Amino acid sequence: MELVYALAIGVLAGSGVWLLLRPRTFQFIIGLSLVSYAVNLFIFGMGRLTVGRPPVVDAAVPPDPAALADPLPQALVLTAIVIGFATTALFLVVLLASRGLTGTDHVDGREPRS
Amino acid sequence: MIEGLLHNLPILPVALPLLAGAAMLMVSDTRRGLRAGLGLGATLAQLACAIALLALTSDRYGQGVWPGGTGVYLLGDWPAPFGIVLVVDRLAAVMLTLTAVLGLAALVYSLPRWERVGVHFHSLFQFLLMGLNGAFLTGDLFNLFVFFEVLLAASYGLLLHGSGMARVSAGLQYIAVNLVASFLLLISIALIYGVTGTLNLADLAVRAGTLADGDRRLFEAGAAILGVAFLVKAGAWPLNLWLVRGYGAAAPPVGAIFCIMTKVGIYALLRIGSLLLPSGAPAAFSLDWMYAAGLATLIFGGIGLLATQQLGQLAGYCVIVSAGTLLTALGMPGVTLTGPALFYLVSSVLATGALFMLVELIERTRTFGANVLAVTMDVFHLDDPTSPDRSDDVVGVAIPAAMAFLGLAFVSCALLVTGLPPLSGFVAKLSLLSAAVSAANDEVRHWDAWILVAAVLASGLAGIITFGRAGIRIFWSSDDRATPRLRWSEVGPVAALILLCVALSAGAGPVSAYLDAAAQSLDRPGAYIDAVMAAQPQRALGGS
Repeated sequence: MELVYALAIGVLAGSGVWLLLRPRTFQFIIGLSLVSYAVNLFIFGMGRLTVGRPPVVDAAVPPDPAALADPLPQALVLTAIVIGFATTALFLVVLLASRGLTGTDHVDGREPRS
Repeated sequence: MIEGLLHNLPILPVALPLLAGAAMLMVSDTRRGLRAGLGLGATLAQLACAIALLALTSDRYGQGVWPGGTGVYLLGDWPAPFGIVLVVDRLAAVMLTLTAVLGLAALVYSLPRWERVGVHFHSLFQFLLMGLNGAFLTGDLFNLFVFFEVLLAASYGLLLHGSGMARVSAGLQYIAVNLVASFLLLISIALIYGVTGTLNLADLAVRAGTLADGDRRLFEAGAAILGVAFLVKAGAWPLNLWLVRGYGAAAPPVGAIFCIMTKVGIYALLRIGSLLLPSGAPAAFSLDWMYAAGLATLIFGGIGLLATQQLGQLAGYCVIVSAGTLLTALGMPGVTLTGPALFYLVSSVLATGALFMLVELIERTRTFGANVLAVTMDVFHLDDPTSPDRSDDVVGVAIPAAMAFLGLAFVSCALLVTGLPPLSGFVAKLSLLSAAVSAANDEVRHWDAWILVAAVLASGLAGIITFGRAGIRIFWSSDDRATPRLRWSEVGPVAALILLCVALSAGAGPVSAYLDAAAQSLDRPGAYIDAVMAAQPQRALGGS
């Protein structure tokens, strides 16, 4: 599972970075989304990958750390998702405003001379 | 009552702007007076809190409340390694005061005109202050990221305030760079948590020393990414190419408050670097990286100063030079340069803040600049204060000596930024350079100290040349310059910031004694760590 997980993060981050380096704003925002997926998966993975361990303490059973998942990365990843989503949405608005004002979707605000 | 207020004081700089900003969203757009009053009130209250914290962390008044000069506030009343803590020490109190002073000046400046060129200026401004205050106060790594995002999100809105093609395209690049930097910050925080199992800075400092070989390398990798993210925020070369364009395009009061935003990155580097120092600082926070990055930034800023033709960009390059000087000085070993560097930080933030607002007042004397502004003004149905057909009853007080004020203020800003006597910029640079020279005499890295001295002096020379050239062009060799009408609420903040710098040079003794004490306490992170770990919650844990 670790290998598949690491590969997924790597593929997402790699394609995301490639898109971030492209000159069009639409490519940039898709790249941004891919990198944010990779980062979120990475944060989640930092709590160690486990199966069948809830992060919630059952009041009836005495708490055993070995039977519980680390709840903190899950809380962190929720925060990161919310913040990343909001800032990406804001960037989308700026992207549209820039497209409307300059008439091009190039990040420089003008078409490169070919 | 007083006891409770005193106990809850550290949370107020975060809670006040949050509540004020949220309350302003509910005030209708037509009631500008109420909004402005709320904003001014909240900023004044933050200033009062910051000054109270400044007094409480000093040796003279704070002994009874916070013994070591370090105040710890447990959010949610959970003990330190588990809950989030806010920590106030001398450095944090200084930064809070600086933020409040600059915020107040920028807010007053924006009242007659700039707050009206877009929507929700006051709310965004308060949220920016909240993010800044929180980033200075927090003692938790992830919480630091959250406050960074709060201040960045507000800064995106403020940068676009007023709209227009220049702001939107500069904003696009600014937001793009900062979003990627935020992801770097997240990756590094996750990596550090995965290795050490803690996010509390004090706890992190303890555990980083006990890491085994492989874990230690992973931790260093995480810290390196963290350092890069902070260097982006601090405006270090080559990560600062967005800065000049973004700051220059922003509305003047926004540019003024942005001056302190680059210092948040430097503050974070200084704070985390000093905490990790005893356990062997990781590469990003070690002195070599900061020194090299700072030197490159300083040289880049100096060349940029020489090359620039526009006043708006001039102010932006002054911010870069200031960041470069600070990073280079903090990258020197030992604590001797930290105190003078903090003094330089205070002086340069006040001076560049004043410069950003002054530049706009000077631009008004140019007829061409007025035309460009008029386009924006027209869209939002605003009156142009420089237009001759404007009726006099809404203009406010016309200052007959407007040009004299502009010239004097420009000279003062030039003296402050380049570090010429007699203002505080000189005091700051002199103490910085004398500390560097004394470090050069008795420490191993004496060449670095001499390079620092040379680079700081050279960047000062570049500043003198540029300011001299600009001043001659604006004030002496101009035929078609119009004398602008200035309002007291626009002149006041600029004059106040400059007078504050004058006061800073007059009271340089006590101020630098306080800042040296702050630097000394940074050099002994044990007190900070002990204070955080020893903080006890008010209620008993685990009951019933």
